Amino acid sequence: MTLHAWQLLGIYLAVLLLAAVPLGRYLADLVEGRAGLTRRLGGGVEAAIYRLCGVNQDEEMDWLRYALAILAFNALGAVSVYALQRWQVWLPLNPQQLANISPDSAFNTAVSFATNTNWQGYTGESTMSYLTQMLGLTVQNFLSAATGIAVAVALMRGFARHTSATIGNAWVDLTRVTLYLLLPLALLSAVFLASQGVIQNLDAYQTIATLETAVSEATSGTQTLPMGPVASQEAIKMLGTNGGGFFNANSAHPYENPTPLTNFVEMLSIFLIPAALCLTFGRIVGDRRQGWAVLAAMTLLFVVMAVAAMSVEQQGNPLLSALGVDLSGGNLEGKETRFGSADSALFATITTLASCGAVNSMHDSFTPLGGLVTLWNMMLGEVVFGGVGSGLYGMLVFAVMAVFLAGLMIGRTPEYLGKKIEAHDIKMVSLAILVTPLLVLLGTAIAVLVPAGVAGIANPGAHGFSEILYAFTSAANNNGSAFAGLSANTPFYNTLLGIVMWLGRFGVIVPVLALAGHLAAKKRLAASAGTLPTHGPLFVLLLMGTVVLVGALNYVPALALGPVVEHLMLQSAR
Amino acid sequence: MNTLIRPAVSIFVLLSLLTGALYPLAVTGIARVLFPEQARGSLIFEEGRPVGSTLIGQSFTDPNDFWGRPSATAGGPYNGAASGGSNLGPLNPTLVEAVQGRIAALKAANPDHHLPIPGDLVQASASGLDPHISPAAAAYQVARVASRRGLDPKQVEALVQAHTQGSDFGLFGAPRVNVLALNRALDLLAPVEPSTP
Repeated sequence: MTLHAWQLLGIYLAVLLLAAVPLGRYLADLVEGRAGLTRRLGGGVEAAIYRLCGVNQDEEMDWLRYALAILAFNALGAVSVYALQRWQVWLPLNPQQLANISPDSAFNTAVSFATNTNWQGYTGESTMSYLTQMLGLTVQNFLSAATGIAVAVALMRGFARHTSATIGNAWVDLTRVTLYLLLPLALLSAVFLASQGVIQNLDAYQTIATLETAVSEATSGTQTLPMGPVASQEAIKMLGTNGGGFFNANSAHPYENPTPLTNFVEMLSIFLIPAALCLTFGRIVGDRRQGWAVLAAMTLLFVVMAVAAMSVEQQGNPLLSALGVDLSGGNLEGKETRFGSADSALFATITTLASCGAVNSMHDSFTPLGGLVTLWNMMLGEVVFGGVGSGLYGMLVFAVMAVFLAGLMIGRTPEYLGKKIEAHDIKMVSLAILVTPLLVLLGTAIAVLVPAGVAGIANPGAHGFSEILYAFTSAANNNGSAFAGLSANTPFYNTLLGIVMWLGRFGVIVPVLALAGHLAAKKRLAASAGTLPTHGPLFVLLLMGTVVLVGALNYVPALALGPVVEHLMLQSAR
Repeated sequence: MNTLIRPAVSIFVLLSLLTGALYPLAVTGIARVLFPEQARGSLIFEEGRPVGSTLIGQSFTDPNDFWGRPSATAGGPYNGAASGGSNLGPLNPTLVEAVQGRIAALKAANPDHHLPIPGDLVQASASGLDPHISPAAAAYQVARVASRRGLDPKQVEALVQAHTQGSDFGLFGAPRVNVLALNRALDLLAPVEPSTP
């Protein structure tokens, strides 16, 4: 790894942790209804919303009611995005007269954005009208993020409360998170991005005369520059770990990510809320060390993956150095000059760990081991920082699994944060952990067995298998990035991946809320001599081990068939 | 049921208007007032007509000009309406053939030196619209451009220097040269006669 790469990683971690501390404190105040200043500023708006919507903000919900509210809210989101796509040509703000979108692609995109996946089978600049981007996709960027945070908060309450039948009010949680967290942060970030060159307008696309005219026959002397309200969407795309690009090239596009500085801010935006939520968790359960322990496990795993990705991408493609190409800049196929290989590989690590799925480089063209890291990051279950909210509730599920394993080893009843972990809880935990590997492996198996699945492959050999494995890993874990060579905008992939994304999201959320409900109902036990302390280095290691072990056991055979074979072939081919 | 559906629909509609209409329009308004040029694409105007953007690369194939990154956009290089990379895997024979072709073209156009070929000149960018090349990639082309335009190589080197940007704050990203800006400056310094049609 180069000196630049080490410096970049160091500064990134320092700024991230410095920003997470105050935000974590603010978030704890917010979800417990104590955030004074913002409530005074927005309190009138909030109260008006509840009045208009017939919500009694003091009325609490049990877990089932909370889950039904979340499901209904997100189903509405999917229907709305579907309708906007199907009717966009008859609706305003479509200066390019982009056509209505096919039912299968519209279904896929609607589910994708409602589940915080933001997998994109379409090419943004030639498909989506400005209205669809704003009123459909930007809205879901906010609301799917708010959903993740609300579920995480409900689970925190499950640990913090005792002998309680309820876990909060979903409408209040969704509204407060949107109004007082996501909107202000997005506004701040959008204005900064616009100042750096991220476009923000509602103009028609510009056609320009290029500098070279006579000789460039391919472009016949003109170039079309796409326009649109990009900065507003870019900001929440990162902060909400959504990742759906306004343009096909996503955060590699100069109009989405014009400078290395915007790149740094975008990387920071991805991990900011997931990191802060760990500390919020510590505050809500009344022991800040618990939050730091979870954050420490995440940070350590992140550093290992980042160093691995940056090192292998710096080495470049041996087949090209055999041709006399200078690879001192690393593997640059599918990477932008302004970012170079280090800033690209760090971005790739962050975006795949965080279930964001934005890309500033094309993962399909990574070295086999670089691609392996991005796949593996998603296979960990998007719990290392992870998606906003979903990362924390996923990690807490693993924490319960870790104390259960430790309990088995020493022969005591496991407990976590004063809650006895019983059969029902472990059932919910197992369900939440197993649903995604099942979707990934079954989906991949189906796709490699049917002609419609194999037809999408772009690269020959083991890499082609990796493209399909990546697609289902990304969809089931709600990441959204791709080995983008795969032609996935077909009825087969649109439908199958759409189903996988929905189950990968709500197949985890429902058991997590059930867990939250049952934890809240339990009594709180006092810690005894037999209690495993869950705030020290031993527990951090145990938690990391559990995450890695589950990821490894589920996926090693599939990884061996894809990137591992490809790596061995590349080494023997040079 | 009414206690579930009514709040779901009404909260969804209100938050949609707030985040999907009010918020993007507010950002549009703020950006238009505070950063009007950036908000509209950092366009370069000549006699009132847009001739490019400082952020978006263009296709350069004339030996009189500096060349940019290879672009794998659909429908021809630097197609602004279809950004994207090649998505070729490292072992894909198509990638190796494409790189061999680019090396041959570079060697044919720059016959007088035998430096190793800068990686960014033969590997396609992620967006297909990359406006930059590395300083090494610019240096590789200085001798050719200078002789084609009848300029002293030192003069061209100085121009490249003036258009080289370091990494941001010395910490983020990589040093780079904006190809469109460099070629526009070259055209001012030593215009090329439009001899070839």
